[in-house]
Amino acid sequence: MACIEARGLRKAYGKTIALDGVDLRVEAGRILGLIGPNGAGKSTALQAILGLTAYQGDLRVLGRDPWNERGQLMADICFIADVAVLPRWLRVSQALDYMAGVHPRFDRAKAEGFLARTTIKSASKVRELSKGMVAQLHLALVMAVDAKLLVLDEPTLGLDLLYRKSFYDSLLNDYFDHKRTIVVSTHQVEEIQHILTDVVFLDRGRVALDCSMEDFEARYREVLAGPEQLAAARALGPIHERQLFGRGILIFDGVAHDRLAPLGEVRTPSLADLFVAVMEPRIAAGSQERAA
Amino acid sequence: MSAEPAESPVAPRKVRPFYWSVRRELWENRSIYLAPAAIAAVVLFGFLVSTFRLARSLRAAMAGVERDGLMMPYAATAFVVLATSMIVAVFYSLGALQGERRDRSILFWKSLPVSDAVTVLSKASIPLLVLPVIAFAVIVGANLIMLIWSTIVALLNGFDPRELWGRLPLAFMWLVLGISLPFLALWFAPVFAWLILVSAWARRMTILWALGPPVAVAIVERMAFGTSYVSKLLERRLSGGFTEAFSAKGQAKAPVDSIEAFDPTRLVFIADLWVGLALAALFLFAAIRLRRSRDPI
Repeated sequence: MACIEARGLRKAYGKTIALDGVDLRVEAGRILGLIGPNGAGKSTALQAILGLTAYQGDLRVLGRDPWNERGQLMADICFIADVAVLPRWLRVSQALDYMAGVHPRFDRAKAEGFLARTTIKSASKVRELSKGMVAQLHLALVMAVDAKLLVLDEPTLGLDLLYRKSFYDSLLNDYFDHKRTIVVSTHQVEEIQHILTDVVFLDRGRVALDCSMEDFEARYREVLAGPEQLAAARALGPIHERQLFGRGILIFDGVAHDRLAPLGEVRTPSLADLFVAVMEPRIAAGSQERAA
Repeated sequence: MSAEPAESPVAPRKVRPFYWSVRRELWENRSIYLAPAAIAAVVLFGFLVSTFRLARSLRAAMAGVERDGLMMPYAATAFVVLATSMIVAVFYSLGALQGERRDRSILFWKSLPVSDAVTVLSKASIPLLVLPVIAFAVIVGANLIMLIWSTIVALLNGFDPRELWGRLPLAFMWLVLGISLPFLALWFAPVFAWLILVSAWARRMTILWALGPPVAVAIVERMAFGTSYVSKLLERRLSGGFTEAFSAKGQAKAPVDSIEAFDPTRLVFIADLWVGLALAALFLFAAIRLRRSRDPI
């Protein structure tokens, strides 16, 4: 059984279509990055997975229907929807009491252990903590839950670089154990590239790319071609080209390393560059559609 | 069936989502117990200051001139604590399901294995269960402090305290309150449930949405048909509970002053009580359904 299985997932807010037939399959033990521009439907997709919003189409999460079984499902799922959802009046000690009181898989000692590494005091109220500390607190609460699926929707939005880095580091070091599944959506692609096992690009409610990181590394290559090699490189059909310091940077999909090596330095593109390469033509096509 | 390995080696711990959800409400809304306690403290202070008159009242009471004077402060305490609890209950209910949407914390609460039904019912239990219990405890506690203080003052003035105690039907008042507070909570259940439903639905100005529709229906009825059934229904719901509980036989003619006049079994057979409870169940069910699809404001 896949951890998340969606077929033809659709959701419209009035006339705005947020999800336009999304198919998604996430196996247990994967770390999926859900990446897309604003309004691509990332949050809506995650909300549907979490049972926070109604949808059309088939969706099973851990074998359950999230919309009708949210209460039971949340015993096995954790999520951080945003950096600022912990109620401001809550004391840290109360958060621990409450989690221990309602969550069958919450390990209080573990949460206290995570908090001991921070400067957060148990008598503090959330309103007295900085934004970064609130994120640390929320992460400590979530990591102390023995969940099968962790969903993070822009968990580090608005945090400074140090907090963002330590957030993902502790997630990998203290939490991920190859049995759990993590789905994370973010704008900061470059920060999560190294932790992902799979990546999905969303564009206006549709899946623009869905591949594992192994496939990504096998399929996509970036060539730095000098002016004299540019014509030969273009003949091989790059999916994207940009100029930098007089050299062309071309991204290829499924072209063998041997054929590219003579043209210049070959390397794996960053996820952010591939994102631009995949999205730009779609955005251009979209604006042409609208103009027509 | 094949023998599958156990999914998790550690058995999930026992949890009490309803109990902790109620605790959570008390953490967030400390006025639930602070407001009745504070008003009782104010009344107590007034009572302590006024005890210089107690000897005179006692003398008057023993001479048979003044019958109710001694009991008055005790009943007044009960009245103000009850009124305060009602106000707290109304404002609590109006914000019950709106506050969590306004501060976006609904996204945190919904990330935990607590169903919408448990959440809504735990919030409904504040006006229906928690506040009546707190009000009763505060009233009895304040009354006891007053009684002890009066006894000391009576002794210092050379009175036999039994003369004082015999003129204070406190046990009877506590009995009436002990039955009337749960009765009133049930009587007002549809009102609180309506306010909770509005709080699940309205984005802002919950008080206007709570008052608007019933008042509008009453006005339209008056203008269209010249009748006033709706306003009579509303009036019955808002004031009928007190009449039924605190007037002799519920007749609104004389206050309850004996167990015969109080007649608690009568309260159970008031049809309006049960109609109201059915309505309250309907409103709460709607609030549970609504909370499922509500986003942060």
